[in-house]
Amino acid sequence: MAPVSTKRPTYYEELRGKGYTRRDFMKFCTMMAAYLGLEASGTAQIAKMLMKTPRVPVIWLHFQECTCCSESFIRSSHPIVADIILDKLSLDYTETLMAASGHQAEEAMHQTMKDHYGEYILCVEGSVPTAEGGVYCCIGGKTAEQILQETAAGAKAIICWGSCASNGCVQAAKPNPTSATPIHKLVKGKPIIKVPGCPPIGEVMAGVLVHIITFGTLPELDRVGRPKAFYSKRVHDSCYRRPFYDAGLFVESFDDENAKKGYCLYKVGCKGPMTYNACGIMRWNSGVSYPIQSGHGCFGCSEENFWDNGPIYRQQASFPGFGIESSADKIGMAAAGATAAGIIGHAIATNIQKKKLIANVIREGKESEKEL
Amino acid sequence: MTTTTSSADYKKLRRVFVWELPVRVYHWLNALAIVVLCATGYLIGNPPALMSQSEASFRYLFGTIRFLHFAAAYIFFFNFLFRLYWGFVGNKYASWKNFIPTNKEFFQEMWEVLKIDILLKKEREHMSVGHNALAGFIYFLTFIAFLVQCVTGFGLYAAMSTWWFAELFVWVADWVGGDFTLRNIHHVAMWFFIVFAIIHVYLVFYHDYVEGRGEISSMGGGWKFIEEEAFEKQREGVDAYTNTD
Repeated sequence: MAPVSTKRPTYYEELRGKGYTRRDFMKFCTMMAAYLGLEASGTAQIAKMLMKTPRVPVIWLHFQECTCCSESFIRSSHPIVADIILDKLSLDYTETLMAASGHQAEEAMHQTMKDHYGEYILCVEGSVPTAEGGVYCCIGGKTAEQILQETAAGAKAIICWGSCASNGCVQAAKPNPTSATPIHKLVKGKPIIKVPGCPPIGEVMAGVLVHIITFGTLPELDRVGRPKAFYSKRVHDSCYRRPFYDAGLFVESFDDENAKKGYCLYKVGCKGPMTYNACGIMRWNSGVSYPIQSGHGCFGCSEENFWDNGPIYRQQASFPGFGIESSADKIGMAAAGATAAGIIGHAIATNIQKKKLIANVIREGKESEKEL
Repeated sequence: MTTTTSSADYKKLRRVFVWELPVRVYHWLNALAIVVLCATGYLIGNPPALMSQSEASFRYLFGTIRFLHFAAAYIFFFNFLFRLYWGFVGNKYASWKNFIPTNKEFFQEMWEVLKIDILLKKEREHMSVGHNALAGFIYFLTFIAFLVQCVTGFGLYAAMSTWWFAELFVWVADWVGGDFTLRNIHHVAMWFFIVFAIIHVYLVFYHDYVEGRGEISSMGGGWKFIEEEAFEKQREGVDAYTNTD
């Protein structure tokens, strides 16, 4: 049965045209329902919507970033994820993956903006440099901020892919020479979904898009605008090494016996206890592994300012103003030591300065003792 | 120095009830909570290196340390709230007015205490009965530190708790820019408590030694012993400072 050709084909029609069987399609819907944490009937809901919904137009912008978000995305575990989103979700404009270039590409973007004003989803990968009038990132003769404001105006919603767009990531680390700015600080009055991570997990990215397509609404977001389905738990709370943490068994250095035994990586700087992400549950590369499973602590890539909160291999941040090796404990111990020294000095000075006073008290006490 | 003096030269001491029982109970609960919180908090930040042949599931050392921290934190917090309440209903030495400078005299007394007890400028003692102004003001700063520590601590704890009370603090992490920063603030603030405790204990010994008025034992029975002349002056409301030489 050949898919019926309409003016704007549905996702299902697109997929059938691409050669996927209905079985493949249902597998994909089931997987997505599971990722989104839906009940069993969710699978049917997703299937139904993908069968009757025409493609949602998407504009995917790249600013200050490394494209790791796109790379992660096209490696989602199910091939339909890449196909549905990249080929079929109608990526009308994305620098990395579109076939067109130059004027043709710009034309395609403007066409989408015009034809689907108020309907298209704007995906942004990367932060926007605002220093020096935005010269640090210009595409097609326009600054990143200009492009962002133009495209955001007609967007139904904005998805911030990765830490760059969500919180600025490494280029926003001190001293932030280009004034790299996350999207929510530049665009007001539009629904914004943050999908932080460096990169975010591919299935998470697909899940967010599938949710929007299926339900026509944004997924439920937490206080900072991240989808609750994926960012409500700390990496620490879903960590398979957690029993070692509770037992107090830690890796002391990466080459010790404890590391071989797979003990907790907390003491070598794992930031799992402060990081909200789904790595421990979904894992990476089709569920093969994730940093902690590979023996390296989480360094909190989906948290704001993670770069400035280093060092990566130590639990405590450097104490500001005292150099990179300083920690709160070192400064604290120095302060306690200085206090103790000050007290000794004060005690000696007291005995000298208040000699007469102290002598009087002692004399009085001793004489009373003798009289009794 | 060893000339015999008649007993008439000796200062007559008068007993004053300074610290009420609730204040004393608050003080020692607070001290205990702070010791437990600093010790377990330090261990949570820097766990000791342990080797064990037993299965991880048979051990729960770090879990226990964290439990003690959280339990002590609840005691600390509600004890602190109680003390704030007592600042409005307790006796004059427990009143909030001892802690917050509201008039010129408060600042004058602070300067006076600084000169006498810290810079050791004058050979005489300061004759306040409850908290002196400088101590009171420093306790006010500690109350602010208590507040910082409670807010950041419960902010960190909120993600692990299902009790509505702890969840009242979920906004804290976002407000300061994430759990990383929150954790660092909480850790740095611990050192304020340690340094405060060192100075506090020293000054209690200092006052007891130099003045001989029962400073240390006052937190046990609640009594302080002040000189008759100081008592009269305090009652007349004249000058809180007197030269004892």
